[in-house]
Amino acid sequence: MTKEKRQITIFLIFSFVLLVIPFSLRESYLLNVMVFIGIHTMLAVALNLLMGYAGQISLGHAAFFGMGAYISGIFTTRFGLDPWLVIIMAALCAAAIAFAMGFPILKLKGHYLAMATLGFGIIIYIIFNETVNWTGGPSGLSGIPNLKIGELVFDNDFHNYYLVWIITLGVMLLSINLSQSRIGRALRAVHDSEVAARVMGINAWVLKVQIFTVSAFISAMAGSLYAHTMTFVAPASFGFNFSVELVTMVVVGGLGSIYGSFLGAAILTTLPEFLRVFEDFDIIIYGLMLIVITMFMPGGLISGLQLLSQKFFLKFKAKADKGA
Amino acid sequence: MLRTIFIIIFLSLIFVLFAGASFAAPPIKIGAIFSVSGPASFLGEPERNTAQMMVDEINKTGGVKGRKLELIVYDTQGDATKAVQAVNRLIKNDKVVAIIGDSTTGNSMAVIPVVEKAQVPIISCAAGIKITEPVKKWVFKTAQNDALAVMRIFEHMKEQKIKKIAIITVSDGFGSSGREQLKLKAGEFGIEIISDETYGPKDTDMTAQLTKIRGTAAQAIVCWGTNPGPAVVARNAKQLGIKIPLYMSHGVSSKRFIELAGEGAEDIILPSGRVIVADQLPDKDPQKKALLSYVNNYRKHFKVEGDHFGGHAWDAIMLIRDAIERGDATPMAIRDQLERTKNFAGIGGMFNYSGQDHAGLTKDAFVLVQVKKGDWKLIK
Repeated sequence: MTKEKRQITIFLIFSFVLLVIPFSLRESYLLNVMVFIGIHTMLAVALNLLMGYAGQISLGHAAFFGMGAYISGIFTTRFGLDPWLVIIMAALCAAAIAFAMGFPILKLKGHYLAMATLGFGIIIYIIFNETVNWTGGPSGLSGIPNLKIGELVFDNDFHNYYLVWIITLGVMLLSINLSQSRIGRALRAVHDSEVAARVMGINAWVLKVQIFTVSAFISAMAGSLYAHTMTFVAPASFGFNFSVELVTMVVVGGLGSIYGSFLGAAILTTLPEFLRVFEDFDIIIYGLMLIVITMFMPGGLISGLQLLSQKFFLKFKAKADKGA
Repeated sequence: MLRTIFIIIFLSLIFVLFAGASFAAPPIKIGAIFSVSGPASFLGEPERNTAQMMVDEINKTGGVKGRKLELIVYDTQGDATKAVQAVNRLIKNDKVVAIIGDSTTGNSMAVIPVVEKAQVPIISCAAGIKITEPVKKWVFKTAQNDALAVMRIFEHMKEQKIKKIAIITVSDGFGSSGREQLKLKAGEFGIEIISDETYGPKDTDMTAQLTKIRGTAAQAIVCWGTNPGPAVVARNAKQLGIKIPLYMSHGVSSKRFIELAGEGAEDIILPSGRVIVADQLPDKDPQKKALLSYVNNYRKHFKVEGDHFGGHAWDAIMLIRDAIERGDATPMAIRDQLERTKNFAGIGGMFNYSGQDHAGLTKDAFVLVQVKKGDWKLIK
């Protein structure tokens, strides 16, 4: 099998599994958790394009997520615009802001870039919090309508699951494609050595701005979906903590791996649910698990899994050889 | 040898657990979501403690209609996403018959669509007026509306012939709701707000805002916030030698405020639930019995003073218990009976729910207290 064919097979299996899951979980709250995993996967993939491929950190990605959610929320509740139109508008708007902002701040490197994106995230958070007339302030904006196509209204977990996951799978497919194109290779070159990349004729600065814009576009789209599935938004969901959580998802899942982002998002979203049995100690155990993962699998969960399967495969092979 | 003992202990433990479960009637499951950690933990923690304490208490005295109550609490960390997930879990997995919480207005609003769709009654412990106005079939609340506290303050000002005031509010959910109500109600009492300042929840110095206020003709200052901000305002006002009366909100009505503000707290007036002055109430006050039992009980269990935030959870648990007592342990019956609650003497006030009112309190839910010699003193 060629590499390309194998990847297509993996993606098809992955999609198939995800698309049949709801039939076994129809009435369970896990379906609701899976909807959030979908939204978080989209965000983690977006951030991974920036962090894992281009090697640029962003501690303010929750801001783009929030922009999508608030633009969708405000324009559908206050002006009664068509939700689908607003989703495109919100994504374009966030992308435009990222584009304009990317030029100055992506000249910065390392800690300075982290500081700049952190500052941006906090500014946007304050805007959500303080412009009470528009956003409803700290107590939130409610009454956001559900999305619908003709007669089909996405108002329960089962419908929302397909809405969110079809879009998420689309984003994943595009991202995998992007990462293997000339742009993806250029991004990795910038990641490893910006100077070397520029010597090879890559316009690193413009490339970074481009991927930052794409990342913001996807994040805002995730935000819009979040707003329409929750039908409510409040600023606390888009604060600094969430930005850090997103970075954690990407790192725990595996930098530079799209499936890793899914794993990271899934683990970080469901772990607190499973740890509830430990009651007051859940936060400590949660922290310990993250430390253990990053210590023993520095390449993230996906590399850990690959390593394990390789070991297993080798053992299996050795046994088979012995038998023969 | 040791191993055998362990196994025996383990097995008998399992046996006891199963035996206990199979002999008793199944417990009535009540769900709760509180912001136990995160920025609103000063609300969520006493609420969680109180709710658990009351459920244990009820079970100790035989439960409700011979069935035990089971409280399932999830921490939402003040985040709307987590609140929605928790409520979904309570409804679909734990199959609770009623839900209490969340602690903040934002999270309470976030979960309303979920409970409405699932048709499970919820009693919010947050104060925002939006929660029950307009009335929603499945949503009740126990915390007093901010508007009631504002009216108490303005009534007192009117008696004192105060016409021009300055307000300083915190820029979070509590503060912005207070600010809105202060501006809305001022006209009704012939009061003019001549200075409108805000501060951030984490600010540690409010001298700038207070200096600005000192330069105006304000006859009184109203500060709206939760600890620790208002304590800083109180101390700064003292340092700047501001002599005009300082009013606070019910957001600081716990002993912690007096500790934080020290000298600065002296003479400050604020509206509060009756809980902090329970022992000063006249004996004929219908709430006195409930208040004293709550205060003593909380002190015994947690070694600190119970505050009125915990009281919101106390009220919610007792309202649900009474509703089940009168009707049936199904979501529909609980909702119907909650709506018929009359003259329930709780911690927050006298509750009277009806088809048109799911908040259930009047401005009598608040009394005015003043800080005198480092303790609360009931006015009038």
